[in-house]
Amino acid sequence: MTDRKSAIVIGAGHNGLVTAAYLARAGLDTLVVEAADEPGGMAAPICLGDIYHFPGLANLAYPLAPELRDELDLDDFGYAPGGAIDTVALAADGKHLTIGRNQVTGEGLSPADIAAYPAFRERYLEFARALQPLFKAKPPRLKGMDFADRSTLARLGWKVRAGLGREAMYEFLRVAGMNIYDILNETFADDRLKGAIAAEAVMGSAMGPRSPGTVWTWLQWLQGELNGPLTTVRRDQAGLVRALVASAEAAGASIRCNARVDRILIDDGVASGISLADGEVLAADVVVSSADPRTTFTQLVGAPQLDAMFANRVSQVRGAGVVTKILLALRNKPVIEGLPEEQLGSRFLVAPSMRYVERAFNHSKYGEYSDRFVLDFSIPSIVDESLAPAGRHFMSVNAAFTPYALKAGWDNAKDGLLQAVLRQLGHYVRDLDALILEREVLTPADIESRYHAVAGHWHHGELSLHQSFMLRPLYGAAQYDTPIDNLYLCGAGCHPGGGLTGLPGRSAAKRIIKLGAGR
Amino acid sequence: MTIRPDHFRQALQRTPFHDRMVALSTSEEWMAWNTYKVPRVVDKLSSEYFAVRSGCAVMDLTPMEKYRITGSDALAYLDRLVVRDISGLRPGRVTYVVWCNDAGKVIDDGTLFQLGENDYRLCSQHHQLDWLRLSAAGFDVDISVETHAVAALAVQGPTACSVLQAAGVTGLETVKPFDIIETRCHDLPVLVSRTGYTGDLGYELWMRPEQALGLWDRIFAVRDRFDIHAMGLSALEMVRIEAGFIMPGFDFNTAEAAIRNDYDRSPFEVGLGWVVSLDKGHFTGRKALLEEKSRPPRRRLTKIIVEGNKPVGEAFIYNRVRGRQIGEVKCWTWSPILKKNLAFADINLVRGKLPRRLWARIDYQRELKWHSTWAECHATAKPFYSPDHRSQTPPPRY
Repeated sequence: MTDRKSAIVIGAGHNGLVTAAYLARAGLDTLVVEAADEPGGMAAPICLGDIYHFPGLANLAYPLAPELRDELDLDDFGYAPGGAIDTVALAADGKHLTIGRNQVTGEGLSPADIAAYPAFRERYLEFARALQPLFKAKPPRLKGMDFADRSTLARLGWKVRAGLGREAMYEFLRVAGMNIYDILNETFADDRLKGAIAAEAVMGSAMGPRSPGTVWTWLQWLQGELNGPLTTVRRDQAGLVRALVASAEAAGASIRCNARVDRILIDDGVASGISLADGEVLAADVVVSSADPRTTFTQLVGAPQLDAMFANRVSQVRGAGVVTKILLALRNKPVIEGLPEEQLGSRFLVAPSMRYVERAFNHSKYGEYSDRFVLDFSIPSIVDESLAPAGRHFMSVNAAFTPYALKAGWDNAKDGLLQAVLRQLGHYVRDLDALILEREVLTPADIESRYHAVAGHWHHGELSLHQSFMLRPLYGAAQYDTPIDNLYLCGAGCHPGGGLTGLPGRSAAKRIIKLGAGR
Repeated sequence: MTIRPDHFRQALQRTPFHDRMVALSTSEEWMAWNTYKVPRVVDKLSSEYFAVRSGCAVMDLTPMEKYRITGSDALAYLDRLVVRDISGLRPGRVTYVVWCNDAGKVIDDGTLFQLGENDYRLCSQHHQLDWLRLSAAGFDVDISVETHAVAALAVQGPTACSVLQAAGVTGLETVKPFDIIETRCHDLPVLVSRTGYTGDLGYELWMRPEQALGLWDRIFAVRDRFDIHAMGLSALEMVRIEAGFIMPGFDFNTAEAAIRNDYDRSPFEVGLGWVVSLDKGHFTGRKALLEEKSRPPRRRLTKIIVEGNKPVGEAFIYNRVRGRQIGEVKCWTWSPILKKNLAFADINLVRGKLPRRLWARIDYQRELKWHSTWAECHATAKPFYSPDHRSQTPPPRY
């Protein structure tokens, strides 16, 4: 056994790096172990043909929370969010909508919809703001609250009641558990607008616009908006991963890649270290896992070390990926029919109506995919030219709904899927087939094997209401600590959930430091 | 098991021994036990009781839940399931086990038979398939229900060994308590374990349903030489209290049945602390039980002898006459052999200790008029009744 670490963090995804940076700053001798050959997890760049640098799974990002940037000096280490981009809802007839932060424009929009949009956005941003205290703290326990829990609930109560005011609070309480379909129908008439917002609410979740709780998923998406405008990703996620690595290393943490964890070692109910796939044993006072909680408990810990009902709850965590990532290296700058060239750096949605989105989702429930996909894509090389060789470009496409548990299995289905997506993209992108130099398809099954995220779910578990707050990832492990003493969780499976926020990692680290673990 | 199209005409199933029970039943007192029709009393309660204590009683155990657990992880699975360290169990041996939920509250108890390498039978009072299967995630085990595929007969009482030998069962002389043997009764193969729920000498016979009547007939064929009675559940209730055996779901709420907060019980609270092995490695409920062990116990299901001969009934327990209510009687019996009122009472402890004085307020009827009286109670840790012949090997011959 080599020297004993204060803390070992499993996984160098952005949440693992955030946790490591905080722990190292608190004086813990911290080591991050990562299975892949470089840090970043889902945010690590993917290279295609050695010359194209795709910024990982995400093609969009919100700026990190100011607290995180400040506390970890990320800006000093090179982090800079990108510039604001618009969302363009594509229409087959070329009558696209441009959906900005405060206004929506496009041919055929009614004055009523144009007028309703800013008020609607402002109202939901207000709701998101009211929820902010909850997202930036550990989820409060309802029984046996500590001071931090009381303070979180007090701030939440104050923000909801006093911050929103009586009328808005009633409206918030009415809509929080509802589906986005009903809300959008109450507010707007235009199918393109409703389809685009609905697609944003359900992208990444196994939910259609009519699924309960899709207002909730959209409110979580809007949390990012409170930190600044949506940006397209640049190389290395706009320096996010590099800044996190630098911040963690500057504080004394070390990162070891190509080190796949085999087991979390448990001694009489207490985590005592890890063993790697090559058999090496690393001892630590605290083990922190940013892996999917299901992977952490069923594979790394193992059911024999857990109580039966807890192990059963782990197996019941909902979260199977429905989105396939398709990366396309392009010969030239593409042309989108009916779109001015200056808008080519936007984020594009193919979701012409809510019915369309719901129908695409319906197929996924039965282990199939509709070849009328909901698409969310962008061409990041327009914004950051360093991503591709001069004159070349690439496109990053999210295609939903392609279920992890495809009835026919994914082994022989990838090519058919790619062709179907390209066919659909071809309605919007001129001469797409001739443009494509290289392609990479990551189905949910590929995402699972590449990133060790169970069932290829980005968020390590659905962001549904029943898996939020003190129920995320599950009852019995919701405040980052687990039934195994000295084993903690810090990944997207924890509160407040997925996305490139770093907030689960931050709250987990604060909890570990507060409990005095590792010293 | 196939389901007949007219199954609904028969609310309760018949055990393989049913026809013989019907032939012997004079009282016609039947009851339901785990979907089977079984006698509460076959003939006379007193003769059935005294058969257990001074002769031989035969009872149909078929309705008891029986599970077969096999597979390469069977031992690891069971070790994680039950609170007792079972690593010392060997093929051909039986042990008493208890299992808890995550919160360390008792779900049920039962007897675990090791029939071979990676081959176990678990018998329990209540249906456990859901919990057993839920606990199986992550283990290579196969769990099947044997309740209806295995007929079981308890042969209990001081003459039980002699009766079975006379009936033709061989190899019993060397069978120690909690041993299992595969043997024969003349031409019929039978599995015999020296186990029981009576606190007396006794055996349990396990066989295929089609051999049930043959075995029954061979045992009852020696009735001319021995006093043998078929026994119902009422007599069993008397003798199991005398023996100090608890019954989950009756003497305390089991964890899966408790609805109200704090209405369930941990093994420590029902006097089963002796089967909890906190140092054996992880098992379901260990963390909760470790935590509980660190605090003084709050209450305990306690064996008490109640003075006098008034029927104890559902009495409350007080710290003194007309004092503070500190507990309640969960089950009781008049013990004919000890000439005493025996009971199990759930009693609140004071700083981890049983109060010095215990009083029961007994409400009873005399010619349909209610009366109330106070009776002092004396707690005891040992079984109320445990005769020497219960554990002697070979047992005394008759």
